[in-house]
Amino acid sequence: MPPVMLEARQLTAQRGERLLFANLDLRLARGQALWLKGRNGSGKTTLLRILAGLHQPREGGVYWQTAPLTTGLATTSYLGHRNGLKDDLSPSENLHHACRLQGLAVTETAIEVALAQVGLDPLVQELPCRLLSQGQQRRVALARLLLEQRPLWLLDEPFVGLDDQAVARFLDHLRHHLAQGGLLVLTTHQPLDAASLGVPLAELQLSPQFH
Amino acid sequence: MLAAAFALLRRDLQLAWRHPSDLAAGLFFFVIVSSLFPLGVGPETALLQRMAPGVLWVAALLASFLALPRLFAEDHRDGSLEQLALSGLPLPLVVAAKTLAHWLAAGLPLALVSPLLGLQFQLPVDVLGVLLLSLLLGGPALAVVGAIGAALTLGLRGSGMLLALLVLPLYIPVLIFGAGAVDAQLAGLSPMPHLSLLAACTLAGLGLAPLPTAAALRLALE
Repeated sequence: MPPVMLEARQLTAQRGERLLFANLDLRLARGQALWLKGRNGSGKTTLLRILAGLHQPREGGVYWQTAPLTTGLATTSYLGHRNGLKDDLSPSENLHHACRLQGLAVTETAIEVALAQVGLDPLVQELPCRLLSQGQQRRVALARLLLEQRPLWLLDEPFVGLDDQAVARFLDHLRHHLAQGGLLVLTTHQPLDAASLGVPLAELQLSPQFH
Repeated sequence: MLAAAFALLRRDLQLAWRHPSDLAAGLFFFVIVSSLFPLGVGPETALLQRMAPGVLWVAALLASFLALPRLFAEDHRDGSLEQLALSGLPLPLVVAAKTLAHWLAAGLPLALVSPLLGLQFQLPVDVLGVLLLSLLLGGPALAVVGAIGAALTLGLRGSGMLLALLVLPLYIPVLIFGAGAVDAQLAGLSPMPHLSLLAACTLAGLGLAPLPTAAALRLALE
């Protein structure tokens, strides 16, 4: 059993008056993937944001290698509903700034390689992002994950807007990430099975609680 | 870490440069408003000079307020703020870099054109110098205090009005010392006490404001 890297203890979260989940425990080791499932509004996004450190749970805590996980640790790549791209900058400029902000020295070649890996049309790489289609923007956001090379990937509906070819391509990258000992927590309504990620895929079913 | 903050500063300046019309709006407002006063009250030198410090400072203050709602709103809307929070760069440093970029793009041009506008009020050259200096010293204070309000009202509906109610009262000390410095120079007194107090406001703001601003941003992210 590989050592547990990410651990959530006794998480309780609520949205407004409604309890989303209570006393939720979660453990994830290197190379493991977790699929959060549940209906719309069952708290999948909230849980992901808590794991990222963007949202404070009402109770409980999230730990990375037994130390409390904070956003300052720079362990997490988070992809939410919004891509985090500046409309006025081109894909390569966006990635360049994203990496520089994290103190990563990346070369233009590395950025081009990452954009090629997600299959972004080279013709649009220098256009402002606002001119890109939804799927193309998503691809740029996924390229950011590849460049950041952080161990924990938290992906909220990563496949939204992607065509079949891009989904297949990105599943390859997820497999590679896990094979290298990365951790993955994702939500998606896309059917997934163990074969698509190459590792056993744990599932966590969230169901809203009423009281 | 400082290199990362510097990268953020460069990104924000680059973004500001891509939208020169946003920058021009505040500048234009400053120019128009302060040009309307001499036209409205007539060419009497004594009256114009008497009014100039207050009018120019109020106009500059309102012009710098115009750009304030945009300070964090764009990053909040497109998800960049989440990514900034996760970048590993401490949030107060993010705030400091963004506020500095904001002042360079929106506040500094106001200070730089102020001597030209002061000419319309028939201010002597030495007073124009003090006007420029007071806006250079006080402008950053307006930006850092405004940043707290911008972060607190982030994502709220009708945030513009709320922002004005929150921030404009906090601008009062800066306004008093800023206009006071120009007034003192006009009256033949030393503007130094006012300028020192203005610099003190700016330094205190730079030191203290990023922390509550960062806390407000965390709340906005939730």
